[in-house]
Amino acid sequence: MSLAFTLASRNLFQDRLRFIASLVGIVFSVLLVMVQVGLYFGFGRMVTTVIDHASTDLWIVAKGAKCFEDLSLLSTGTQNHLRALDGVAEVIPVVVGYSAWMLPDGTMTPVFVIGSDFIAGGLSPWNVVEGTVQSLTVPGMVAVDRSYYGRLGVAGLGATAQIRGLPVTVGAITDGIRSFTTTPYVFADLTDAHSYIGLPASFISHFLVRLKPKTDIELIRQDILANISGIQALTPSQFRDQSRSFWLFGTGAGAALFAGALLSVIVGTAIVAQTLYSGTKEHLYEFAALRAIGASNSYIYKVIIGQALINAVIGFAIAALIGATLVHFTAKSALQIVITPNLMIALFLLTVVMCIASAIASIVRVVRVDPAIVLTQ
Amino acid sequence: MIEPIIEATKVSKVLGRGPTRVQALKDVSMTLNGGKLTVLMGPSGSGKTTLLSILGCMLTPTEGTVRVCGTSTSGARPEELAKIRRQHIGFVFQSYHLFSTLTAAENVRLALDVRDERGPKATAKTEEVLASVGLTSKMTSFPGQLSGGEQQRGAIARAIVAEPSAILADEPTAALDAANGQAIMAIFSAIARERGHAVLVVTHDPRLFGFADRIIYIEDGLLTREEFADPAVAALSEPERMRVSSRLT
Repeated sequence: MSLAFTLASRNLFQDRLRFIASLVGIVFSVLLVMVQVGLYFGFGRMVTTVIDHASTDLWIVAKGAKCFEDLSLLSTGTQNHLRALDGVAEVIPVVVGYSAWMLPDGTMTPVFVIGSDFIAGGLSPWNVVEGTVQSLTVPGMVAVDRSYYGRLGVAGLGATAQIRGLPVTVGAITDGIRSFTTTPYVFADLTDAHSYIGLPASFISHFLVRLKPKTDIELIRQDILANISGIQALTPSQFRDQSRSFWLFGTGAGAALFAGALLSVIVGTAIVAQTLYSGTKEHLYEFAALRAIGASNSYIYKVIIGQALINAVIGFAIAALIGATLVHFTAKSALQIVITPNLMIALFLLTVVMCIASAIASIVRVVRVDPAIVLTQ
Repeated sequence: MIEPIIEATKVSKVLGRGPTRVQALKDVSMTLNGGKLTVLMGPSGSGKTTLLSILGCMLTPTEGTVRVCGTSTSGARPEELAKIRRQHIGFVFQSYHLFSTLTAAENVRLALDVRDERGPKATAKTEEVLASVGLTSKMTSFPGQLSGGEQQRGAIARAIVAEPSAILADEPTAALDAANGQAIMAIFSAIARERGHAVLVVTHDPRLFGFADRIIYIEDGLLTREEFADPAVAALSEPERMRVSSRLT
């Protein structure tokens, strides 16, 4: 192994205080980027959680509706138009809207009601841990997530409350269906949902369209758009992208997360560059001696970049450890930090690039040093 | 006639600009030949270090030419000068400039490492030169654990391990006591005689002249005098001496 790496590591570890300062900079920076991007992913996943769990080939939503939670409405007549098209097997209506949940003590809390036809296999709750989806077909039965027990004032299966003055009973309990708006989701039968929201039965929020086997989705999508006006026909992937785009960028939330991440990279790079540069300046005569004994520029790059890489690897490892802990603790929170293996790889590469970029100032300083200065000291 | 290892012809060097401009060297011509220990003597500010820098390819002359093993340094870029140094020159510095975080053996091996020489052969060469300067027992010591004399011997080992054609030493005994100074000069003398290197030692200590084959005096950037250890050579006129100087190699 080249002594360049030995020299790099020993010079780096010689001044422990500076090394720790450098690591703090990297850990701070990487962790901030990790959290920001993890939140972005978590947010992105959360805003499409219902779309991700719906079993459908196409989503039919009102023209201009930007996301699942959009309250734009469609006429129930659209259902017949859709059914009349070749290739369409099933059309299942879904209605969504905000309502007021009254706790036993009389206080009110907002809820987001999702109503569907469970017999037809509509938009059912998932991760059901207590009760059954079938029980929701009984009038007045609803499903809630156990993470909202406190908010809804319920203690479990069979608990009762009122939505918009109508009595409801908890017939199913789910785990992990959390709304990014923090307003609890309440799943109910389609007819009940209309009542809870206060919406006439002639209006629908979305239609789930299931196609017959071997039907070309794109062809039928075009067919729907050509025959029915005032709607959007979106594949789950398109609806997911549209929803994410609205919540992440339409609202500015994603841009804020990215701006924070970018700022973290800049701050981290500056800290590492500063500590590497001061370390290089301290060893300037050694570098001049290295040049005097004939070391090429590439050899000197190896030493400085070696230091940057050691910083990167150790700094990233610490940040990853802290990041994993954060992921664990936010797993059940309203907004999870989601760190995927690909994100980890990307963050490691970012750390390496950041540390190498930090080394540029040091490299420039060293390759410009006059080797003859060793004769004057 | 044997080709000189380093040959400087009519070398002048101007340092600085404007009011700080100094003519450090004026029309200097000299050669360094293999197997000989040359001492460059002169007062402070006489141009010794500048001449050493130019002969050692750390600086290029303002005028004149320097050839190292037949390669001219005229117009060479810093990276090309580094290559010439790597191939042909070993340096010993007054302040040793050993790397504080490397052991004595690693410091020596570094000179091979920058030349892409690694592995068991490099280790064997390192051990051999450290033994030749009497540092076998200090191979794993860091510079901070070595005395001044030991550090300078380590620096000499680093300079010779890659078997360069020329060894240039800048005041190598200045930081040492008399006994250590004599010991270091004895090593230089042995390096020149036994290994055939051209050795140039810059010093202002006349007690070291006894080791020299040739002494060159420099003052105000000019070479003023040259003395040879061989009395027969010393009796010759300047042009004859220059001719003999070449033949001495």
